[in-house]
Amino acid sequence: MQLSGLDVLFQGTNFLRLLGGLWVAARIALISMVFSVIFGVPVGVLMTSKNRVIQVVTRVYLEFVRIMPQLVLLFVFYFYVTLILRVDLSGEVSAIIVFTVWGTAELADLVRGAITSIPAHQYETGYALGLTPLQVQTHIVLPQSVRRLIPAAVNLVTRMIKTTSLVVLIGVVEVLKIAQQIIDFNRFEYPDASIWVYAVVFALYFIICYPISLLARGLEKKWALTPQPSR
Amino acid sequence: MEFELLGEYLPLFARAAWLTLWVGLTGIACAIVVGLVCAVVQHFRVPIARQLVSVYIELSRNTPLVVQLFFLYFGLPKLGIVLPSTTCAIVGLAFLGGSYMAEAIRSGLEAVDDGQSQSALALGLTRGLTLRHVVLPQAVALAMPAFTANIIFLIKETSVVSIVALPDLMYVAKDLIGTDYNTREALTLLVAFYLVILLPISLGAAKLEKKVRYAAFGS
Repeated sequence: MQLSGLDVLFQGTNFLRLLGGLWVAARIALISMVFSVIFGVPVGVLMTSKNRVIQVVTRVYLEFVRIMPQLVLLFVFYFYVTLILRVDLSGEVSAIIVFTVWGTAELADLVRGAITSIPAHQYETGYALGLTPLQVQTHIVLPQSVRRLIPAAVNLVTRMIKTTSLVVLIGVVEVLKIAQQIIDFNRFEYPDASIWVYAVVFALYFIICYPISLLARGLEKKWALTPQPSR
Repeated sequence: MEFELLGEYLPLFARAAWLTLWVGLTGIACAIVVGLVCAVVQHFRVPIARQLVSVYIELSRNTPLVVQLFFLYFGLPKLGIVLPSTTCAIVGLAFLGGSYMAEAIRSGLEAVDDGQSQSALALGLTRGLTLRHVVLPQAVALAMPAFTANIIFLIKETSVVSIVALPDLMYVAKDLIGTDYNTREALTLLVAFYLVILLPISLGAAKLEKKVRYAAFGS
């Protein structure tokens, strides 16, 4: 009987290895995202500053990181920055650092957008009602900014996960690399393995990202400040 | 930094930049066509096609381009579909970009207030004239920020096409790092070339956005 390419995944520990590779990718995304939130929130608040110097510095940082493809940033860091700093970092650590630098910029911009999107009359109404500046911040501005921020931040998580697929190019052994290994190892027994294995990798990324996208969309709808007209 | 080396490598990068641009722009053009078709199908709620478009959009938006390209380039030949590298890259970009363009155009179409077309119809414009002179100009203006962001996003995404053996900017840089160990020069040129390609597009996009917004909403 002709061996189907899909069977290769259920030989030995192949499928578990593939999931292990997926975990490597997910781990990079999760750690980078946590650091991006830790750094991105203060940087975003800093971006709303009226100080000219702070504005220019944060702006240049944001624009540079955004305009460069993430793969270029990854190469520059992995091959060059480590060379200047004379440090020996693994591909995984390099990826986490680069994605944190990128994620911080993206998240900071979301935070800035969320804060500046609160119209002035919200503040003024609060003051007119006799609230203190602190009360205005905690009871009026913060709840509204957070509701604008979180759906976009959740979306950033899916982008982060998708971006981890690049790390195979700096030699990190993650899901795609393991897929390649499985295909190469079984080249003669399962000559048509590649289509099945890559289809499964495709499906795995989808299974992870799709629920997160749905969550982002759901939150966005739920927290929309003006009720959406039903269509 | 050795400056003679920069001069020596410059033509290599220039050739690679053309490839990056060519693949990027062709891919974007295809993505716009795909996006337009999908947006129209969704906006006018064409039965069946609409569900298919939804499935495609979710698949395309929730998977990375690298995985899509691996499937196209290494997977499909097993079904007897062998695509050359360039075609693969363009199809990949169109598959990825189509959904982003569709969302941009659809949100533009939906953001035009119903009152606009109703007023136009009440004033005696035909449906065609209403779409052409009232709805579309506003939809284009409303979709423009997302549209230009997508173009920049897609050009950035072309940086992964070296995995299907296309000698683009990344490929040349990686090659020079691997063979000559001239990491510094290769990466300097890599960053410089991406800046040269993307900075004008980014600045142009900001300008265009202002212009179209002005045209749509008047002064």
